[in-house]
Amino acid sequence: MRRALALLTLSLTLSSTVLLSGCGYNDFQSLDEQVKAGWSEVLNQYQRRSDLIPNIVATVKGEASFEQDTLTKVIEARSKATSIQATPELVNNPEAFAKFQSAQGELTGALSRLMVVSEQYPSLKANAAFQDLRVQLEGTENRITVARNRYIKTVADYNVKVRSVPTNFTAMIFGYAVKPSFTVQNEAQISAPPAVSFDKPAAPTTPAASK
Amino acid sequence: MRALFALFGFWLALLGVLPAQAQDVLAVPALSARVIDQTATLTDPQKAALDAKLAAFEAQAGPQIVLLLVPATAPEDIAAYAQRVADTWKIGRRQVGDGLLLVVAKNDRTVRIEVAKALEGAVPDLAARQIIDQAIVPAFRNADYAGGLNAGVDRLMARVRGEGLPAPAARGGPEPRGMPLEQMGLVVFAGVLLAGGLLSAVVGRPAGSALTAVAAGGAAWWLGAGLLMAAGAAVAAIVIVGVIGVGNVLQLLLMMSGRGGGGGGRGGGGGFSSGGGGDFGGGGASGRW
Repeated sequence: MRRALALLTLSLTLSSTVLLSGCGYNDFQSLDEQVKAGWSEVLNQYQRRSDLIPNIVATVKGEASFEQDTLTKVIEARSKATSIQATPELVNNPEAFAKFQSAQGELTGALSRLMVVSEQYPSLKANAAFQDLRVQLEGTENRITVARNRYIKTVADYNVKVRSVPTNFTAMIFGYAVKPSFTVQNEAQISAPPAVSFDKPAAPTTPAASK
Repeated sequence: MRALFALFGFWLALLGVLPAQAQDVLAVPALSARVIDQTATLTDPQKAALDAKLAAFEAQAGPQIVLLLVPATAPEDIAAYAQRVADTWKIGRRQVGDGLLLVVAKNDRTVRIEVAKALEGAVPDLAARQIIDQAIVPAFRNADYAGGLNAGVDRLMARVRGEGLPAPAARGGPEPRGMPLEQMGLVVFAGVLLAGGLLSAVVGRPAGSALTAVAAGGAAWWLGAGLLMAAGAAVAAIVIVGVIGVGNVLQLLLMMSGRGGGGGGRGGGGGFSSGGGGDFGGGGASGRW
């Protein structure tokens, strides 16, 4: 009798420990913080790119005949992207998150176009300062990719916890909602093979860019 | 019994195969040496010389440098592949995180230097690009791969040496103070069983459990646990020794240990293993020849 009671106490102690740690409250604390840290890193790298752009623009402007349209697009996209208040709280606001993402995506597009166009100017290609900026931009884009990938992974872990069974009750009680992640906006564009044309290498503009 | 093993093997195979099939990318090789050549480009003496140079540098200055030569990185570009390799290997000392990875995709004619965050100050992207352009690519163009790698590694080492990183610890240096939680719990638990058994036999169960509780709380505190956890250890000691009894716990443990298997250890080889501290955030540069 006494022994049965002892065993019962032990198993009760053990199971209550398991239950308490199984509710996942602490996991939410740590994952929430990880998501925040991951997002800050993403912002950090976007900021780095944003800081780099004025130098690139200044260098390209020195090229007298440079296609103005491409340059203006970069400047506009940058000011649009920086006008959005990028705060760590953005991860809790899916709408603002999407807006931020699309603005940064636009800037990515404008920048890569600028880099492609700049290939056609021999003096820019010979300009050491511009080539250095190019390497830095490349490194920054790379860091953005890595930071975004890490953020996506962390958010996935967090969201799985929010939605799967024992822990979703904890999430409900303490108000942990699913957080937004990065998506590809131009899915159709990416899945279509790129159109390569060797017709007129002299004309740096494509129909899409000219007004 | 054999069926059980077969089932287990099947599960292992499934686990091993699934991630590989999920995305058809080039697998990350096992980190077996400082110079991994999958293209059979370097001769054995060249490989040994490079390896010795990197080993000497690690012993003297601390950072880990690894060279990886692969035929091609398709379908990824070299930056994505190198990033994946770096994320898997995490080369660099645990406390410092100083690792450098040089990946060569021979048939793609691309090369990339991947820099851990701790070394981004010593080897910024521009410097990495310059090393590739000035030291590695010219030699590679003449099909002098060992020469290019040697020149590149020399330039990298020169940059890292000026960084003032913490000196490498002597082999088998002091263990970090403070145990991980699980280990600490296990030590306290075993101590409670031992001390509880002895004390209950000598002074009787109630007094024995009280003494054990004090000892367990003190031991947890001394091992670096917080006040709350030390108190928890004391309460657990009372429960184990006073309420349940050491004999019963031992019986239960014996019952449970009947099932339970031993895990296999991870085999390291070649006297080289990753420090596990390298955090690669995409720094570095790529080039082609």
